Amino acid sequence: MSFLSRLRRFPFWGWFWLILGALYFILPLYATFAFSLSWDPADPFKAYERSFGDSRFWNSFLLSNILALATILASIILVVPTAYWIRLRLPQARRLVEFLTLMPFVVPAIILVFGMIRIYSTPFTIPFTDIVFMQPLTQFKAGTNILIVAGYMVLSMPYMYRSVDTGMRTVDIRTLTEAAQSLGASWFTIITRIILPNIRSALLSGALLTFAIVVGEVVLASFLGVNAFGPYLFLLGQHRAYEPAALSFVSFLLTWIAMGLIQLVTGGQGQAAGAH
Amino acid sequence: MTHLALSGISKHFGDFTAVRDFNLDVKKGEFVSFLGPSGCGKTTTLRMIAGFEIPSSGMISLEGADITDKAPNQRNVGMVFQSYALFPNMTVAQNIGFGLQVRKEKESAIKDRVKEMLSIIHMEDKANSFPYQLSGGQMQRVALARALAIRPEVLLLDEPLSALDAKIRVSLRAEIRSIQQKLGITAIYVTHDQEEALSLSDRIVVMNVGEMEQVGTPFEIYNFPTTRFVANFVGSLNTAEAEIVDPNKGTLIMDGARLESSGELKGRNKGDKIMIAIRPERLSFLSEGKKENVLDGKVENITFLGSVVRVDVTIGGRKFSMDTFNRPSLELPKIGETCKVTCSDKAVLILKE
Ligand SMILES: Nc1ncnc2c1ncn2[C@@H]1O[C@H](COP(=O)(O)OP(=O)(O)O)[C@@H](O)[C@H]1O
Ligand SMILES: [Mg+2]
Repeated sequence: MSFLSRLRRFPFWGWFWLILGALYFILPLYATFAFSLSWDPADPFKAYERSFGDSRFWNSFLLSNILALATILASIILVVPTAYWIRLRLPQARRLVEFLTLMPFVVPAIILVFGMIRIYSTPFTIPFTDIVFMQPLTQFKAGTNILIVAGYMVLSMPYMYRSVDTGMRTVDIRTLTEAAQSLGASWFTIITRIILPNIRSALLSGALLTFAIVVGEVVLASFLGVNAFGPYLFLLGQHRAYEPAALSFVSFLLTWIAMGLIQLVTGGQGQAAGAH
Repeated sequence: MTHLALSGISKHFGDFTAVRDFNLDVKKGEFVSFLGPSGCGKTTTLRMIAGFEIPSSGMISLEGADITDKAPNQRNVGMVFQSYALFPNMTVAQNIGFGLQVRKEKESAIKDRVKEMLSIIHMEDKANSFPYQLSGGQMQRVALARALAIRPEVLLLDEPLSALDAKIRVSLRAEIRSIQQKLGITAIYVTHDQEEALSLSDRIVVMNVGEMEQVGTPFEIYNFPTTRFVANFVGSLNTAEAEIVDPNKGTLIMDGARLESSGELKGRNKGDKIMIAIRPERLSFLSEGKKENVLDGKVENITFLGSVVRVDVTIGGRKFSMDTFNRPSLELPKIGETCKVTCSDKAVLILKE
């Protein structure tokens, strides 16, 4: 009797689905990991040694990291004041902007990149004249980097905007702004000293998501001819067997560490905010 | 002598008029309250003084200078909000010092000023606490210190006590008043609580649907309300219709009973219908052989309120409340009995409108 009632209280289906879900995620990961170790039974980490020993890996990885940082910085500079202003002065524009930030889910990256190439591969001329004041952005390296960062900003917009907007919802930014204004603060001071620090955890989660997107991105980088990590991994996958498995596993780990960091940071903040 | 002047201020939001023709001169060091029900335009008026709203018409001047269109961060006006609005990312000391830091004052001067403000609000031991570690009353004291730290020309407070418990409300109220007097700072205080306004203010502006109803000292507002709205909003008042019998002598007739009033009846005629008001505490049971202002009533209800006993009496079909002190020797009639009630001619107030 007591066994039966305990059995009835045991949330069997809950556990069933949880374990099934966990297997769904962990099995492929485990398979990849196992495969990456199977290159040379004498030296299980050979695939890792090879991957990390390749200077193209380091170069592309470094470039992707720099592009990610640039994207994060530019996104923050664009998104924070925008989201702030909309919350403060233009609440009626909120739905429109939210819709716009969702465009990357509607328009595939391939269309975005072809549009960019079409527009930015012709020289900029002064209107109504033939005088060229700038060469096409696709023609030189810095120009291409600007283009790809701009593209990444579009791709990461849904995550960045939503994180920031949610972060602003948890603090009463309108009253905080007025309090700061009455104390003599300028807009710049308000944004840098009041708004940014109070949406720190939201910024961080937006930044980490952006990072994950940029580092793994293939389409934009390939078509713009940028030697980023995504295309490198893609190429490697077409010619090699074991190294891509090793690198995939490492990328996975990195992503998970990033997720853990988000949890850690936002968790701590959440408690503070809760007490408040 | 005028420190802050609001002249002919109006504010429209689209077709809606939130404030209409507001005129007020505030002296330096004066404590003025805006009192009125929710939605009557108190906050809007205060926000125009702070610079968060620009008046649709009229002028605001501070120390003789026109500040009507000046940006809020250029006005040197301190503001305390109902929701405290402390910066969550800063400690108590950093919050208090923020305004001085923005003004680029020297670190040592900021430190001294923060210390001084902390001692004024008796929170020296909380300098390094974060807002979420404080109680509501403590947060509001920090907000007050933060607003005062910049030595503002005017201190604006928008229902600063509404979010607090009744007990803290009363003690913090006294603290705000004593700090204001000690620093000699001009203060504008918005509240819908008549007790707060009466106990704190040098002067009260009673507002109703965007307009000023009456301006006066707490004594004037309480004892001599000039409109029915003020009479009903401030304290509990018995109001009734009456007819003028003799405007020169101040004789009235109310539901068949004769009343003498010392109130202003100039410019009115015999036979005019007017509104009168009598405070509950000005009514009493007839003791000696008094002839004037004697009204016949019937006791409806008796309520003990501690130091005061409230007796509800119907006089000529109209319900009146009367308050008497709860002395041990008090002899009260029983419910349902008839009684004779009286008041002096000074207690019969004549309302405008
Ligand atoms: N920004 C605004 N837009 C439209 N209406 C407003 C705005 N601010 C205030 N109001 C309206 O003005 C009236 C007065 O508001 P307020 O000054 O806040 O009243 P109080 O502080 O006396 O309760 C209210 O009816 C309110 O709805
Ligand atoms: Mg208000």
